[in-house]
Amino acid sequence: MLLYTVKRLIQGIVTVWFIATATFFAMHGVPGDPLMNDKAVKPEIRANLEARYGLDKPIHMQYWIYLKNMASGDFGISFTQQNREVNDIIREHFKVSATLGILAIVFAALGGILWGALTALYRNRAPDIVIMFLVILGISVPGFVFAALGQLSVVEINDWLGFTLFPVAGWGTVQHMIVPSMVLGLGTMAFLTRLMRSSMLEIANSDFIRTARSKGLPVTRILRKHQLRNAILPVITVLGPSIAAITTGGFVVELVFAIPGLGRYFVQAVQQSDYTVIMGTTVFYGAFLVFMVIVVDVIYGFVDPRVRLE
Amino acid sequence: MAEGTLSWERVQVEREVETVSRPSLSYWQDAWIRLKANRRALISLYLVIALVAFTLLGPFVWTVDPAAQDLDQISVPPGADRTATVVGDYSPWRGVTATATADDGGELAAPVSVSVVDQPTTNSVRLRWDPVPGAGGYRVYRNRYDPEPDGALGLPIAEILNPVNVSFEDRLDLKAETYFYSVVALDGRGRESPNYTTATAGVTRVITAAEAVEKGLIDNESDVQLGDTVEMAFHPLGTDYLGRDMLARLMHGARVSLFIGIVAPFFFVIIGILYGSAAGFMGGRADQVLMRFADFVVALPFLLFMILLRILFNVESGDSGIGPMLVAMVLLSWPAAARLVRGQILQIREEGYIGASRLLGAKTNYLILRHMIPNTMGVILVTLTFAVPSAIFTEAFLSFIGMGVAPPTPSWGSMCNEGLKTMLTTPHELIAPAAFISITVLAFNLLGDGLRDALDARMRATE
Repeated sequence: MLLYTVKRLIQGIVTVWFIATATFFAMHGVPGDPLMNDKAVKPEIRANLEARYGLDKPIHMQYWIYLKNMASGDFGISFTQQNREVNDIIREHFKVSATLGILAIVFAALGGILWGALTALYRNRAPDIVIMFLVILGISVPGFVFAALGQLSVVEINDWLGFTLFPVAGWGTVQHMIVPSMVLGLGTMAFLTRLMRSSMLEIANSDFIRTARSKGLPVTRILRKHQLRNAILPVITVLGPSIAAITTGGFVVELVFAIPGLGRYFVQAVQQSDYTVIMGTTVFYGAFLVFMVIVVDVIYGFVDPRVRLE
Repeated sequence: MAEGTLSWERVQVEREVETVSRPSLSYWQDAWIRLKANRRALISLYLVIALVAFTLLGPFVWTVDPAAQDLDQISVPPGADRTATVVGDYSPWRGVTATATADDGGELAAPVSVSVVDQPTTNSVRLRWDPVPGAGGYRVYRNRYDPEPDGALGLPIAEILNPVNVSFEDRLDLKAETYFYSVVALDGRGRESPNYTTATAGVTRVITAAEAVEKGLIDNESDVQLGDTVEMAFHPLGTDYLGRDMLARLMHGARVSLFIGIVAPFFFVIIGILYGSAAGFMGGRADQVLMRFADFVVALPFLLFMILLRILFNVESGDSGIGPMLVAMVLLSWPAAARLVRGQILQIREEGYIGASRLLGAKTNYLILRHMIPNTMGVILVTLTFAVPSAIFTEAFLSFIGMGVAPPTPSWGSMCNEGLKTMLTTPHELIAPAAFISITVLAFNLLGDGLRDALDARMRATE
């Protein structure tokens, strides 16, 4: 197990290096000079920046400086926002995005497992048909529509109640978090429900369930101890990719609900061509996603020893 | 044949020979029959065909220019009343003047008998009221909603600083809807009284005969008389916030969305086939190196790199941005298809018929082209179908955050982005493109399910 984890970690580091390299050369392929913005940069600032990033040096030296900075966790200074380091931006806004994302993934996973199990139990009966119809809808509707509808329903709910139960936008209290995270988790929940359903049905036909049944175990015990536990395994495997989906989905939800998360900053940086912020956040997000996939895989290795053999 | 008793003639035995009752089906014929039996998949297939027809043939039927602005009908929902009354040329209004009675010194009262003079039209709304004793002037507010019960008066639209003038003519951007005008008295120092009176004006759309001719609604000015009604230009799905026809924009937007949704998967699946079959066929060390590289590309955060690639292509605002988006999608999406094809090839390589073919002297190229790729076609087709919805989603997402196609080129995603801003007042601008995206994605998802069931017994969904 330890060997497996170490192997995955090394693979992950190589992947992050690959991402960092790809980002570096992508940004250097951009024609023009990132320092030549609309407003002229003062010569001394320019000199400082050039010295810090070695912009006057040949490209392989710049690459080396860049890797050294990245490895020591220095992502540089924002070009458009005065006096802000990319590290500060990430530190300040990532926790917001992370909170939103964690809530969304918990909501999606719990909902997906619950609905999936329910549809499998009521196979081809009314609850199954209704939920699966909603699931297909959930998979086919883009996230930003959910975000818009979520915001609209918040307005309606508050109107109906006569007081503000859920704020329409912003961040800070628990009430702020509930609707955006539910909206963010919906698509993933639909996907997980579908996965959980087919996994439940597949397990229902397996030999060990038949054995358990013939032993005369109570139905609830078979369901709890045998069927559910095994059916959840595939759901765990896709949690890694789901985190990626929720991360990018978070961009939209943060934009719509005006949440000061890193995703919104990234989109803003892209719109303002703030190169250091783009590079920093890309590498950071890339490293984060790679790390999350490894975590999920290692957890999966614990839960299901069969994978470790591969 | 000396012995006549012994005959070597063939004995005719009546035997039940297994007869072929119908010609054997090819893989594709079989798949087609299965697909036809699947109602959901078949309906989805028709839907996809209808959507393609909508975008390709639609513009020939509905020839409205998607960029043309109809400034008389801005943000008009579908099915709205579009009649306009023909009126004469606008004649200026002198207004109403009156002097108030003596001031009693208290708080300024609300103006009384605020009323709309003449018929309120899109040309002008004329208000008058009785002077308020002690007022130094008046302020007029306009709102599209009833100010009650919250006292939301709307925007201050005019300030009258001479208390003798007790009338106001509104000619500012009037639409054919109901407006709530609230009049408040100001004291000598311009401070506003808390008391207000609201008057309602149901504005009717008017047009002069000359304007109607200019807009092509009628042929000659003499065709209509004052008081007649003419129909404004028809917009089946309404107009957007710039008065552009939604139906025409949806048709042209479908072009971008479906083009990217179909062409991008097509190309990356082809690259995936070539890459995957090369890796699978070569095997060994080369296979490992190739697949490790594919793993790295998979690990790249897809959307982040898509955005980076767009910057790399130096897409300026105003460029359509379709090309870069396509290239970025193809560059980043092929590994999944490559992995799948490689897995298939590895499996097929061990099959008996490949060995037999090789024994007959088949060359490598022949093996790949004649045996391996056709046998992976089913899986590839299913992958392709499932790749379409995700490509459409990606396009919509990128356009939504402003990284996709640039205005004025319409795409469903960018139309949603624009519609979102006016979601609360004119929801049709968001609903129409969102519905189109959802229906398209739904159709491709269901079609993919059907194809998977029809083409690949192993992947058949447990339903």
